[in-house]
Amino acid sequence: MLRNQEQILSKIANNDGHGENSAFFDGWKAYDSDPYHPTQNPNGVIQMGLAENQLSMDLVEEWVRNNPQASICTPEGASRFKDIAIYQDYHGLPEFRIAVARFMEKVRGNRVRFDPDRIVMSGGATGTQETLAFCLADPGDALLVPTPYYPGNDRDLTWRTGIELIPVVCDSSNDFKMTRDALETAYNKAQETNTKVKGLLLNNPSNPLGTVLDRETLSMAINFINDKNIHLICDEIYSATVFDEPGFISIAEILQESPDTNPELIHIVYSLSKDLGFPGFRVGILYSYNDAVVTCARKMSSFGLVSTQTQLLVASMLSDEEFMEKFLAESTARLCARRGTLRQGLAQMGVGILKGSAGLYCWMDLRRLLKAATFEAEMELWRVIVNDVRINVSPGASFHCSEPGWFRVCFANMDDETMRVALGRISKLVMQSNKNSESRKPCRRRSKLEISLSFRRLDEIMMSPHSPMTSPLVRART
Amino acid sequence: MEFKSRNQGQLLSKIATNDGHGENSPYFDGWKAYDSDPYHPTENPHGVIQMGLAENQLCFDLIQEWIKNNPKASICTAEGAADFKDIAIYQDYHGLPQFRNAVARFMEKVRGNRVRFDPDRIVMSGGATGAQETLAFCLADRGEALLVPTPYYPGNDRDLTWRTGVKLVPVVCESGDAFQITRAALEAAYKQAQDSNIRVKGLLLNNPSNPLGTVIDKQTLQQSLEFTADKNIHLICDEIYSATVSGQPGFTSIAEIVQENPHCNLDLIHIVYSLSKDLGFPGFRVGIVYSYNDAVVSCARKMSSFGLVSTQTQQLIAAMLSDEEFMDKFLAESARRLGKRRADMCEGLGQVGIWNLEGNAGLFCWMDLRRLLKAATYEAELELWRLIVEEVKLNVSPGAAFHCSEPGWFRVCFANMDDETMEVAMERIRMFVVRKREEEVARKQRRRRRMELEVSLSFRLRREELVMMSPHSPMASPLVRART
Repeated sequence: MLRNQEQILSKIANNDGHGENSAFFDGWKAYDSDPYHPTQNPNGVIQMGLAENQLSMDLVEEWVRNNPQASICTPEGASRFKDIAIYQDYHGLPEFRIAVARFMEKVRGNRVRFDPDRIVMSGGATGTQETLAFCLADPGDALLVPTPYYPGNDRDLTWRTGIELIPVVCDSSNDFKMTRDALETAYNKAQETNTKVKGLLLNNPSNPLGTVLDRETLSMAINFINDKNIHLICDEIYSATVFDEPGFISIAEILQESPDTNPELIHIVYSLSKDLGFPGFRVGILYSYNDAVVTCARKMSSFGLVSTQTQLLVASMLSDEEFMEKFLAESTARLCARRGTLRQGLAQMGVGILKGSAGLYCWMDLRRLLKAATFEAEMELWRVIVNDVRINVSPGASFHCSEPGWFRVCFANMDDETMRVALGRISKLVMQSNKNSESRKPCRRRSKLEISLSFRRLDEIMMSPHSPMTSPLVRART
Repeated sequence: MEFKSRNQGQLLSKIATNDGHGENSPYFDGWKAYDSDPYHPTENPHGVIQMGLAENQLCFDLIQEWIKNNPKASICTAEGAADFKDIAIYQDYHGLPQFRNAVARFMEKVRGNRVRFDPDRIVMSGGATGAQETLAFCLADRGEALLVPTPYYPGNDRDLTWRTGVKLVPVVCESGDAFQITRAALEAAYKQAQDSNIRVKGLLLNNPSNPLGTVIDKQTLQQSLEFTADKNIHLICDEIYSATVSGQPGFTSIAEIVQENPHCNLDLIHIVYSLSKDLGFPGFRVGIVYSYNDAVVSCARKMSSFGLVSTQTQQLIAAMLSDEEFMDKFLAESARRLGKRRADMCEGLGQVGIWNLEGNAGLFCWMDLRRLLKAATYEAELELWRLIVEEVKLNVSPGAAFHCSEPGWFRVCFANMDDETMEVAMERIRMFVVRKREEEVARKQRRRRRMELEVSLSFRLRREELVMMSPHSPMASPLVRART
């Protein structure tokens, strides 16, 4: 029967292109089967593998209560129910497109304009990426993608489209910045295997790095694609999660400053899942400077339009300029504070994170906790973190990172208390690891006093009333 | 600086530059005519009336009332806003459990509770459009084929083949059989594929049928099940019009046939569903894939990430569909109104001698205009269609757009307008038919007269030329004189 299944289903259905056999998902499964709850399941797994923005939902909820006309179900809005329920034009509600365009401009400090007629809907950014792959490349063609990159790219861009991803290898020696050399190397590698490169995909701000691309890198990228006459896809879905300097520079701005660039090569992926915290609403956006791509993507949007009920809600909310300004300011301030808490807490344990000013996660450096500089060791450490420390973080290998030892840790999908608990658990891991590595080292003439002092110092730091880790929960555990 | 867009052909994919999207079909020309000149009773009474859109707009009053009385169904009302956060962040592609349960129960209700549906087999998709494409991706490789009885919904070409690379092979159904699917037609299509070295992976049925407006009878369903079992190919049943059936014959779902065939291979059976037609919510994009094959459920669920239903909408739908009392009332009233509208239209058309295929389902009739064609050709059908759109100002859909094997059939939708507009449309059709009949009569008369003149002339020529030139001769008309 199983053999029959393989024959009666497609290759796509039978292969692993969906990407869910990656270890990345084992952590999710561990969490799903044993989720942390402060009272009901205090020993459960804390989810730090999900890049979600849950810090400012109170503001949104308040807005929703104060704006009943945004809904087709309230007394104020119900008269529109029928028109909205039957509206299936794949152009989307005009007010929706206009509001999204204006919002994207606002996030970019009004330094650029977006044309609402170039706003095309899709099934989340997931759908946008797949749609662009279908529009720009044939099966067997390739896109270049800098590593480390979001694991979902494999499914979104290659599973049903049949295209390939070629990594542009970035490493820690220069803080994972993308270099012209790395681009050329990747491009040449494709040439050698007779693979046609159709484009370069950038993620700015970057998942998992939590950094923005600087002007120099963006300009270099645009020159590169222009030279090769290939597309440049910029996934800017974290654009409004930039909470510090350096600020966000959109490819739209670089394009504005580069009159020699062919705009028909430039496309932007956007979504409201990260910036606003609405992943359930499936608001994916494709913005292209290429008319034919806009037209084609719009036809393809039939496979993943945004529910008109949601289009209306989003249109109302985004066009409330005053609210959106307040939201953006408050959201980024809260992200900044939360990241700061995580950064400081980790620093006190001697754990560093990549310097960054954006995103809903940190790129954590645990290389010194590895038994060896290998991906096996990274996987082993990760299993310890998930199974023993009871935190789901994401190992660098799942992001195709070229060096083992890096982990992405999400911080915006929990409350302050849970963050404190998480930090406490991580500190125990680090302490344990320090102990292990101390005992592994050849007998060094270090006085017992020194050792005891160093541990006491750590205790003092942890127990200080100013430490983020002195929550009752942590104290109860030690 | 200008950039050469002749480069586009090289810059973009084959999919982006081919016609697989299907929008170059005349099906869409009528839409464009409507979009540029839409009918309005007061503002544009001579505009084009849209009868090419299969939508169910007859029962929004019931829906509206329910919405008013059930504020908790929304995450935006005072009563429901406390759920806002949880709903907005919920992105599990299994979908809200209450959504899946409600959809399963509703589907059972539509089938008179004669079958059970497992909520864990309910998979979301971007409308039925997404459901069809997802199934094609799961069941067939590029270059493989699905059999589809004609006439069929034009969107199938885009949904099933555009990005998937799958082919459609028509199973030709004819008016002589009232367009029923015969075993012979199935076998002929299958053989045709084999002869071209194309591997058939499945058969797609649409029950009730768009554009026919009929339900498929039990015997045909049974026969289809046996055919697909014999060939070990999939059977996909698009049942999106299941709740638009009024009166007899009733709707039989493939789920019921499966139940009566306990030894059939369930791994081959899949249902496409949506709320766009039965409830009238095309804007909400609620597509459903229901499969009896575990691997397909699992795969389709992973693919649903490309077209999940907004959780805001899942919440609303879950609340509405699980109000059993309301849904019973809605289904009964909707079927009654659709039945009446259809009957009114058939009667109106019947008065001018236009007949439809007998049917009691769907949001449209399959209208027989063969006798209005100048010739039994598709060119003549297209010509008649342009006349209907441009002069009669009705957008109806020509049979060729549905791959119908015989010219002269048109699909006319009746559920997307109010009674007054329907009456205006009927009047326009009546006047058009009467006018065409008069033109036909006049044309015949002229032809007869011409023939008579010719015959008479030839006799006279045989007799004597002088008589021809007599001022009393019928041929001494100024016209005749001018010709000789």
